Amino acid sequence: MMPDLGRYALEVSLAYIASLGLIGLLVLWVWLRGRAVRRALDELENDRSDNA
Amino acid sequence: MRDLRLALRAGGGFGLGLAFFLILAVLVPLGVGPEPEVLARIAPGVLWVGALLACLLSLDRIFALDYEDGSLDLLATAPLPLEAVVAIKALAHWITTGLPLVLVSPVLGLLLFLPGAAYGWLIVALLLGTPALSMIGAFGAALTVGVKRGGLLLSLLVLPMYVPTLVFGAELVSRGAQGLSVGTPLALLAGITAGAAAILPFAAALVLRINLR
Amino acid sequence: MVSIWQYANPLRFMRTTDWLLPIVAWLAVAVTAVGLIWGFFFTPDDFRQGATVKIIFLHVPSALMAINAWIMMLVASLIWLIRRHHVSALAAKAAAPVGVVMTLIGLITGAVWGQPMWGTWWAGDPRLTSFLILFLFYLGYIALWAAIEDPDTAADLTAVLCLVGSVFALLSRYAAFFWSQGLHQGASLSLAPGTRVDWAYKAPLYISMTGFGLIFVALVLAGTRTEIRARRMKALVARERMA
Repeated sequence: MMPDLGRYALEVSLAYIASLGLIGLLVLWVWLRGRAVRRALDELENDRSDNA
Repeated sequence: MRDLRLALRAGGGFGLGLAFFLILAVLVPLGVGPEPEVLARIAPGVLWVGALLACLLSLDRIFALDYEDGSLDLLATAPLPLEAVVAIKALAHWITTGLPLVLVSPVLGLLLFLPGAAYGWLIVALLLGTPALSMIGAFGAALTVGVKRGGLLLSLLVLPMYVPTLVFGAELVSRGAQGLSVGTPLALLAGITAGAAAILPFAAALVLRINLR
Repeated sequence: MVSIWQYANPLRFMRTTDWLLPIVAWLAVAVTAVGLIWGFFFTPDDFRQGATVKIIFLHVPSALMAINAWIMMLVASLIWLIRRHHVSALAAKAAAPVGVVMTLIGLITGAVWGQPMWGTWWAGDPRLTSFLILFLFYLGYIALWAAIEDPDTAADLTAVLCLVGSVFALLSRYAAFFWSQGLHQGASLSLAPGTRVDWAYKAPLYISMTGFGLIFVALVLAGTRTEIRARRMKALVARERMA
């Protein structure tokens, strides 16, 4: 399955791992922040409707 | 005008930038080693980076004091357009930091073994380039005037914008030192300064009005 | 008449992206996966560069998106300044972190590629240097957003910074080319006849470019949704404090 990368195996895999890792981190950050903000907003709106 | 007088009287920023410039020129040979050839090779770049950083030191004072005591609000509603106020403040900044740097730069060139042919071009380059540094800096200061402790942010915003001036300025001096033709960097440096002086007062005034809103 | 300005309404934007975002997101994952898997497993080695040629499927798309992200921010900033649509300003804000990561990927893959090819991780090369400067512009933009309390003021200031910064970023790029001639090859993807890149590489490359573009769109949509919510929250809190 793994292609033969020859003598540049380390470089090529490093580039792929680093890039995908960075994109993964970014996606995770966007997702977590989105979730946190959504929950905070929901809570705030629920509070307001309770009071009203 | 008022700014000029105030800045000259206060004098603090005046000496500070200059002292910083001097310290840099003393420290670099200590760090790099005393070989004249090496120092002569890097002298234009070192002097330009020094000018950049020395300029940066006093940038946050351009608008900060007037912003805090509210006189910036007065200036914004004064008959004199805010664009002109910005230009004058940038000019005052240049006279108190840029101009002294230009004047002492030959002495520092001596410390760094700058080749003889380069002195004239060093002065020309700094004379042409430092007004752009003050103008860009005034724009950066206008952006961050509402931010407390905005000094670091100001450097982060302003330093990338200094890149073209630095490149062409240092290139002009290096070419002068090697006796090559200097036309292209000279024209580009002058162009940047002219462009900055023409456009940035408007951008800075716009930004100030937003900050004063 | 349906026009793009309808999406300037935050509510309508939220409603549309509710169903659009998952589609774009899964499409982005699928297309990028196809492009990268094809590129990594099923492309031949270059006779000169060996397997390192496979890095191109990361390097070129990320570099492309790094620049496109800034251009998108520039357009969104202009729209905000001229037509005062909040979604536009928030979209520009959401695009900046994506642009940073794309720039970083471009720089890292470039360094990893340059190491075996040029024998150095970093070179005083104009393309590399102007990318590093672009990276700094992104950082400054994000820092300014973070530093200013009032959201409308922050949107205005960052928009002006984006405009002025664009001019200086372009100048820096020009200065960098003036400063050094450089090792980086020219753009080899030109559409001109006699193209230098073979279809065996081009097909997966175009696919991963599309994939990176979709990733960018998905992340900006998601980020903009978050910013709209955060903005609404701020407004609610402020209103409550007033009452």
